[in-house]
Formats: sequence, structure tokens, C-alpha cells
Amino acid sequence: MNKVFLIIQREYLSRVKKKSFLIMTFLVPSLFIAMIFFVGYLTKKGDDNVKDFKVLDKSGIFENQLSNTSTLNFSYLKGGYEQAKKDIRKKDNSYLLYIPSDYSSTGNTEIVSEKKPGFAVVDDIENQMETILRNKKLIAAGIDTSVLNSSKQKISISAKQLTADGEKDASIGATFIVGFISAFLIYLSLFIYGAQVMRGVIEEKTNRIIEVIVSSVKPFQLMLGKILGIGAVGLTQFLLWIILSTGLSTFASGYFSKSDDGKAKIEQTSHSSQNQEVVKAASSNNKVQDFLQAAGTINFTYILSTFFFYFLGGYLLYSALFAAVGSAVDNETETQQFMLPITLPLIFTFILGMNVIVNSPDSQLSFWLSMIPFTSPIAMMIRIPFGVPGWQIALSMVLLVIGFVFTTWVASRIYRVGILMYGKKVTYKELAKWFNYKE
Amino acid sequence: MLKVSRIIKEYAKHRALDNVSLEVEKGTIFGLLGPNGAGKTSLIRIINQITGPDDGEIFFNGEKLNQSHINKIGYLPEERGLYKKMEIGEQMLYLAQLKGLSRSEASKRIKFWFEKMAMQDWWKKKVEDLSKGMQQKVQFVATVLHEPELIILDEPFSGFDPVNAEIIKDEILELNKKGSTIIFSTHRMESVELLCNHIALLHKSHKILDGSVKSIKNAYRNNTFFLETNKAFDDSNLKTFNLISAEKTDEGEKLKIKLNEGFNTNDVLLELIPVTGITYLEEVIPTINEIFIEKVKQLN
Repeated sequence: MNKVFLIIQREYLSRVKKKSFLIMTFLVPSLFIAMIFFVGYLTKKGDDNVKDFKVLDKSGIFENQLSNTSTLNFSYLKGGYEQAKKDIRKKDNSYLLYIPSDYSSTGNTEIVSEKKPGFAVVDDIENQMETILRNKKLIAAGIDTSVLNSSKQKISISAKQLTADGEKDASIGATFIVGFISAFLIYLSLFIYGAQVMRGVIEEKTNRIIEVIVSSVKPFQLMLGKILGIGAVGLTQFLLWIILSTGLSTFASGYFSKSDDGKAKIEQTSHSSQNQEVVKAASSNNKVQDFLQAAGTINFTYILSTFFFYFLGGYLLYSALFAAVGSAVDNETETQQFMLPITLPLIFTFILGMNVIVNSPDSQLSFWLSMIPFTSPIAMMIRIPFGVPGWQIALSMVLLVIGFVFTTWVASRIYRVGILMYGKKVTYKELAKWFNYKE
Repeated sequence: MLKVSRIIKEYAKHRALDNVSLEVEKGTIFGLLGPNGAGKTSLIRIINQITGPDDGEIFFNGEKLNQSHINKIGYLPEERGLYKKMEIGEQMLYLAQLKGLSRSEASKRIKFWFEKMAMQDWWKKKVEDLSKGMQQKVQFVATVLHEPELIILDEPFSGFDPVNAEIIKDEILELNKKGSTIIFSTHRMESVELLCNHIALLHKSHKILDGSVKSIKNAYRNNTFFLETNKAFDDSNLKTFNLISAEKTDEGEKLKIKLNEGFNTNDVLLELIPVTGITYLEEVIPTINEIFIEKVKQLN
């Protein structure tokens, strides 16, 4: 055990002392914060190109109903379709919204313009029209407008989660983002640190120091020491990132709340015609703050501890396989053929995670993906912010531990033979043979 | 001190060691000789417990080979290597600690060796900044730092220039004098035959010859001599020897002769002194290389 500790120490120190480690440690949180600032800035600024919409409403449903926003300005036309089309020609930022008389039965509308309208614009108009139409139909069905107005206020959904401590406010958006970020970090770090293990093994093999080392320690001890040492580097890096990011984002949220006050002052002094625009801008700012507040309701200690567990478990499981691949080849270019089966489950889970798991975190597929050790580190991290029953987490963790013990065992049997083999083009069949060798 | 008993080692398709037995006595310099691919490295790896034998046993100081012996063996592999980006001093500390030395003890010994080998200012250097010969020196020191009872050197002189090879050779002899047992493994048989007390020859996974250098050489002596004279002489009616070859020199002749049954060198001299002047006479002792070739021929 003492020797394994020596190996861990060397692997750890030789990496932590590198300049690249220091650079990564400071660069990543800075980039992260820069990204938050950038997104915040974009949301605040938005698209200030005001688009002029001429509405030709033959149906009469939307006359003076569409409301202007910060980027959309509606005016209403009378007259023929062809004439209106002619008028719109050669005019930048002018669009013709044509609503035929049979709109209520077919639902067809047209936007005619020189430039193609953006997706967000179309989406905005569609939403508005849908709301207006629905309101009209509801009124026609005899529903009171005051009921409608009060029902409008409920549009912003506040998700309340029932927990042992009682009801808790939770934001779906924040939950999604936290799940996404932690899953993405695990996905990325499995590749980064797994590849480091692999490169370390190849380095020892090509340096030929391997034979000196294995005359002092067992190959398994060397492999274990390397994996644990690099894992410790990963943990150190994450801890530093978290500390730095927390510090920086406290600063960042301070910045956003300050700029909000500024907006409020403008709002008070602004003219009523600009009012809507300012309100819109202020509300997008509020979203950022809302998010930061909602993020505060998520149990970060719990998520962080599960994050570290799944990072470690996933790392141990995959890095053993990376070590086996490293031992089987003479240089990095030869690793390609063995990488696919290792990276495939990771990529597969990540893509599925972004599409299926976030939409239905409690589905059968989500459940199984978060149980299978090869996929659980990513799948479970996406599910956890949504709330996962304790027994599922416990089962998944136990399976992950069994999983990495198993892969480490398989990998070490390949590793002990591979590190002493040179100049051989290795196939899967060969690997199977190595696995079956006696001591 | 080391007893190798009926070792068999098989790889996927071929048998690398077939029933090989050896005995290395304490304090000797043992030559493990044979061409490339004879099984030397396979055997050494088994002794170092890097791999295990399929059959057979190894005893170290009478005990069955086990983990506790690892720290008592120093191994310089044929393919050498060090961590390129690691400082020499740190690297040696690491390797010595892996062999069971404490950090302070290792540090003391490294300083001693650095002084001895004139490498004092290498501590902070990185391996990639050293020449190949310098790297070899570092590697040699790392091999013997923990004062192993048994030192196994695989092709120890390859990669050294003649001056450094001589330095290393002297160090090896000194270690041997201090009590370390040494196993040389090489395919360049002539390079170690003067150093070794005892040799074993491996050929195609089998041990084909084993014994003290003296006894092996004696066994392969066949009464052949080199003889030089300062005057040509009539060689038609010689009683004591047969000519194998002869060539004229400036002064006389250079001959290779084989003594006839029942005669010795004195008889040769008595026969030749009346007819010519003798300037040189020496017995032809076969080199290990020649013995090896002879032996392989016999086997075929």
C-alpha cells in the first residue's frame, strides 16, 4: 500500500506542478463567468432593430389587438393584398402580416417581406395571435373577461416541489441548467482525465520506464496509483473551480442587481410610448435575478456531493478502461480503434440525456440509464436536480461501485500483459487472449 | 543464492523457456548468455517477478521467491527509460523509495553516488536535457541505489562510450567485491567473458551449457597452439605436431599447430630448437563465442 501511495503522490504532484494545471484552474471559471456576463448582456440588449409590421387583417379578428414589443411595431392597413405587397417592396425592416378572411377556419397567415423574418419574431407573433384568438373564442363562449384577466396572471408557472421539509419553490429552468451543467462537466471530465490516464500509460510504455517500475511494484499497483493520482488531480481542479466560480458569481449577481436599479429609474422618467420597451427589458433582467434566486433554492450541498460521487465512480470505471487501451498500444494514434466502445456509451447518454431525460426524468428509459454503471454518472446527474427517490440513488451508486470494481479487474488483466508488449498490432482477439493469461 | 529450477514459460504460440535450471552462487558474477530471442529476458523477468513462470520454481537465498525479495534485487533492463520531464533527483528518490528506501536515506545515497560519478549538478536537470550516455549513468545508479544483494544487468554496456563503459565496469566489480551477486545478460558474449566467473548459455529456450568459465574453456581446449618462428624450416617430417595452417611473415613463419597424441609443448620446442628460432608460443583457447557456435553445431 505504501508503494501505491508513492505512485499516487508522484502522479498527483507531477501534474499539479505543471503550468497547464494552473492555467486551466483559473481559465475555466473565468470563461464560465464571462459566459454568464455575455448571456446577461445579450438578454439585456436584445435585438434593438425594431421591425415594422403592417397588418392587413381581412378577418377583422386582430384589428388593434396585437401589442407592440421592444422589437415589434404593429400598424394596421386597409386595402387590397396586392397593393400592400407592392408597398412593402424595397423597405428594410418592413413586413406585411396578411391575415386572410377565412383565417378562423384555415388558420393560415402570411408574412411578406424583403428579408426573412427571424424565428423568434414569427414565434412571438404566433403566440400573440393564438392568445388573442383564444380569448375571443372564450368570450364568445360566454366567459367573463375579468376571469380571463385573472387567469392570465397564472401563466408564469411556479413549480412547487413537495419534500420532507414541506413545499419548496423550484424553478424548472434552474433545475434544468444545474442538471445540464453537472452532467456536462462529468461528461467532459471523464474524457479529459480518462485520456490523461491513457496518455500516462502510453508515456511509461514508450519511455520504457515501465519495466523498471514493474520490477519494484505490481502492475496492478502502478495502474491503481496512476488512476487514483490523476483522479485526485481532477478533484482538486473541481474544488478550485467551485471555489473560484462561487466567488466570481457572487460578484456577478451583485452586478446584475445593481443594473436593475438603474433600469427602474429610467422606467419612472420615461414616456408612456417607450414604457413597454423598458418594462420588457427590465423583465428580462428580472429573469436573470429570478434564476439566481431559484438556483439558490436548489440544495447545492446535496447536488455537489452526488456530483463528486458520480464523477469519482464514473472516472474510476472509465479510466481503468482508458488505462487498458493505453497499455495495448505503442502510441496515441493507435488508440482510435479501441476508443469507440469506450466513448460511445458516454456520447449516447449525453445526447439522450439532453433530449429524453430532461423532458421526462422519471421515465423507464431515464431510470435504466441512471442505473447502468456505464451511463449512470451522466444520466443520474441530469435527473438529480428534478428529485430522485433515495432508493434509486442508493441502488445506482451500489451498481456503479460494482461496475468500477469489475472494469478495473478486467482492465488490470489486460494492462499487466499489454505494458510489456511492443511492436504488435493488437486486435480485440489479442486482448481477449491477454485477459486469459495466467499470472 | 539464486536457484532456478525447471522453469517453463509459454507465450501464445511458442515456448520461451523450456525446463531451464540454473544456480547462481553468492558473490559470483554470472553470465547469462545467448543470442537474441534465446529466452534471457523472459527468464530475467520471471526472476524479477514481472511475470510468473508456467511451471517450475525459483528460490532466493533458499526461500521460495516472493514479494519480500523485490527490494533485494536491482534490475537494469535492456530497454532503459526514465520519466523525461521529471527532475533527475526527484526521479531517483522516487525509484529508490519504490524499492523500499526511506526518503532521507535515499537522498543521502543519491548524493553519495552523484559525487562518486561526478554528477553533482544534475539534481535539478531533466532527463530530456541529458545525453544518452548520461541517462544510462543515471539509470545505472538508480539500479544499485538500494544496495541490492542481487544485481541483474541486461546488456549493461550497450549505449555507453568506451570511457563510460570502463567506469561502469569498475563500479560493477567494486559492488561485486562488496558482496553483491551479479547477473550479466548479453548476446555479445565476448564483452563479458573476462568479467564472469560462471556462465550459462541459452539457445532457443534451452540451456545448452553451464559451468565456470575456466572449466568450460578447459573442456573445449584441443591442444591447438599458435607458434611463430624467425626462420622458415622444413615441415615435412614432424613428429610432435601437425600443421593446421601456416603463413609467411617478414622474418619467418606464423603457424597454427595441433599437438600429436602423447606430446606436450616441451617436446615441440625440443624438436624445433635445432632447426629454427622460436619467438612466440601460445595455446589457442576458444572464446565463448566459438564454444557457443561449436555447441550449437553439435546439437544440430
